[in-house]
Amino acid sequence: MSRLAVPKTYKLYIGGAFPRSESGRTYEVLAADGSFLANAALASRKDARDAVVAARAAVSGWSGATAYNRGQVLYRIAELLEGRRAQFVAEIEEAEGVTRAAASAQVDEAIDRWVWYAGWADKFAQVVGNANPVAGPYFNISVPEPTGVVAVVVPQDSSLLGFVSAVAPALVAGNSVVAIASERFPLSAISLAEVLATSDVPKGVVNVLTGSPAEIAPWLASHADVNAIDLVGAGALDWISLEIDAADTLKRVLRPESGADAAAPALGRIAAFTETKTVWHTKSLR
Amino acid sequence: MSFLDYAPAPESRAILSLRDNYGLFIDGEFVDGRGEPFQTISPATEERIAMIANANAADVDAAVAAARRAYDRTWSKMSGRDRGKYLFRIARLVQERARELAVAESLDNGKPIKESRDVDVPLVAAWFFYYAGWADKLDHAGLGANPRSLGVAAQVIPWNFPLLMLAWKIAPALAAGNTVVLKPAETTPLTALIFAEILQQAELPAGVVNIITGAGDTGAALVSHDGVDKVAFTGSTGVGRAIAKQVAGTDKKVTLELGGKAANIVFDDAPIDQAIEGIVNGIFFNQGHVCCAGSRLLVQENIHDEVVERLKLRLSTLRLGDPLDKNTDIGAINSKEQLERIRTLSDIGVAEGAERWTAPCDIPENGFWFAPTIFTGVQTSSRIAREEIFGPVLSVLTFRTPAEAIAKANNTPYGLSAGIWTDKGSRILAVADQLRAGVIWANTFNRFDPSSPFGGYKESGYGREGGRHGLAAYLAPAPIGQSSTGRAAIAGAASTAAIEADASAPAKRSRAAKPARTLQNRSAKAATKGSKR
Repeated sequence: MSRLAVPKTYKLYIGGAFPRSESGRTYEVLAADGSFLANAALASRKDARDAVVAARAAVSGWSGATAYNRGQVLYRIAELLEGRRAQFVAEIEEAEGVTRAAASAQVDEAIDRWVWYAGWADKFAQVVGNANPVAGPYFNISVPEPTGVVAVVVPQDSSLLGFVSAVAPALVAGNSVVAIASERFPLSAISLAEVLATSDVPKGVVNVLTGSPAEIAPWLASHADVNAIDLVGAGALDWISLEIDAADTLKRVLRPESGADAAAPALGRIAAFTETKTVWHTKSLR
Repeated sequence: MSFLDYAPAPESRAILSLRDNYGLFIDGEFVDGRGEPFQTISPATEERIAMIANANAADVDAAVAAARRAYDRTWSKMSGRDRGKYLFRIARLVQERARELAVAESLDNGKPIKESRDVDVPLVAAWFFYYAGWADKLDHAGLGANPRSLGVAAQVIPWNFPLLMLAWKIAPALAAGNTVVLKPAETTPLTALIFAEILQQAELPAGVVNIITGAGDTGAALVSHDGVDKVAFTGSTGVGRAIAKQVAGTDKKVTLELGGKAANIVFDDAPIDQAIEGIVNGIFFNQGHVCCAGSRLLVQENIHDEVVERLKLRLSTLRLGDPLDKNTDIGAINSKEQLERIRTLSDIGVAEGAERWTAPCDIPENGFWFAPTIFTGVQTSSRIAREEIFGPVLSVLTFRTPAEAIAKANNTPYGLSAGIWTDKGSRILAVADQLRAGVIWANTFNRFDPSSPFGGYKESGYGREGGRHGLAAYLAPAPIGQSSTGRAAIAGAASTAAIEADASAPAKRSRAAKPARTLQNRSAKAATKGSKR
């Protein structure tokens, strides 16, 4: 007799907890063949605002950790993902209707990108910062600092890789993130949140909303306590309006990308969410 | 029993499972050495820990050949991403076996367990972790796109930080894509051999790292070996000089991290409590067996008496003894030879008219020990102000003006490090500008981090370890025409690029086309002294 499976309830991930949407809404997530997979939370404006509050509260701790520590915490995520490889592969196979090999390749690439970005944590400042030879008796150095809270509309056409490719770089410098998962493939993002919740990432550093990006993104784009918005996966939305909304608070904006190379690993994705701080100090023997 | 007497709190040796005999680690396996084996002892008790294989010239040949094979067949062809994964594995295994490594290090080296546990081993893991992340980011190392590895690196390290120096050498070399033959110091091979076991656990491909043990002649045979592309040495200036002469005329790249006689400059507005701790840390950390130790205290004249008095008070509270005791501040001197050198130079200090003060402490019966010692009234010309003692001996000199402090600080053939203590930020930066030293610590001392370059000016050597500079030391720029990810060729400049590549080919490394070496054995025998730094 075959055993009856116990299905998982997929909820949001806000401030280290897994709440349902405060709106009480859910939507059906369907497999590639149209069969029912799960009900995912349909996040509301209030959920988005709660996520920003959680993200803001996490900024000081995460950005205040040493770069070495952040690197180790991020690397640990890759270790945990490796341990849950089979789960993600099965989830992606089912949701995206791809072969096991294709699903495996997506998971492998997602893990390897975590590792790549983890390695940048204690290095990117050495590459994008510098000492400046000003014409005077001054010590002058420019260092990158995290911009704060970053909202991300992740690439919509994959379950895991797009999410990782957009979220990981924002974390490297010490930002905290509010991510809107793929509307069609949201389940792996929530499974990843379970990984984050059991890793060493402090609560609130990553917050995951599922639902309609078209509904939630405008609230994040106009939110005054969001410092930057990555629209990489917003190509199908009215992203120009989002960019205009973001301009009200002069958010740093990354524009949509499409295709297989969307959110490809790049130092620029880390640097995009940093502020350069230049420190002057006098030099004098007296 | 005064408040200074603590009950013994020795760290257990039970965590160690040492072998009686250790072979050479060549091509992924432990093999017998062909030289006469030697023993490694605990400098705190003089008891034998294990017998260690001794690599002769034939063993060096075998190790270099294994490294070359691993380079040609495996490591140079592996993606940076995968090289990085091996290094991450090593970092994690070091973290997991940290306690064991710390106990072994204190046992073999004589340093206090609190230092090996809290400084050496955590930094070892950090070093591998940091360079692991570089392995797939070499385009950002500062040499342009697609830099190439050098080949086989010969690395000879000292006894003062045995495992940490191993990490400083191996981590960047592997990240950059080189393979390694490393020789630990004769008196401290133990943790390197445990590290070899870690490499087996990490399933690092055979031959990528080879560890051969022996004395100075093993090291000399290694650095002079014709199959070596890069020499990295940390140790005495004397041996470093011999190596520099010996590689002259070859195309080996060299980095040398040698001796020091660092000035630790204390101005009268310094935060005095922190300064006292910093001075103590600067010279008595690791029994003063530190190349960058703050061995010359330059104190502003008007606070000289106060500083010296407080130093003596502080030193009287240091606990000297069993390195494995968690309360111990000062461990054992690493070897009888080193103890003799410290004694000799200290006697010279007295003979030259300096005033000697030694901290009151009980010296254990067995083992090699030297109580913390301060010399006051030291002249700049005195040998204890000029020569590296490499022991817990501080020479105190005075100055009146910043200019005098700078002049005295720079009055040395060395230039590894220096310290500045003052409340004035502007003065720190102005003085730092004028000091001829590779590392300047302001209101702190003896700080190390894998992201921070370390190395000396003048006769303290050349090249930097740590940070991006430390990575670049194991890389060379891509051959001309291949530096832009092949784009030059694609973008219609194919013919030019091809011509440039051809023209530069003879000058670039091509293993088959290496020029015959006529100078290869020059002063090979000069590098026979035990390494130290």
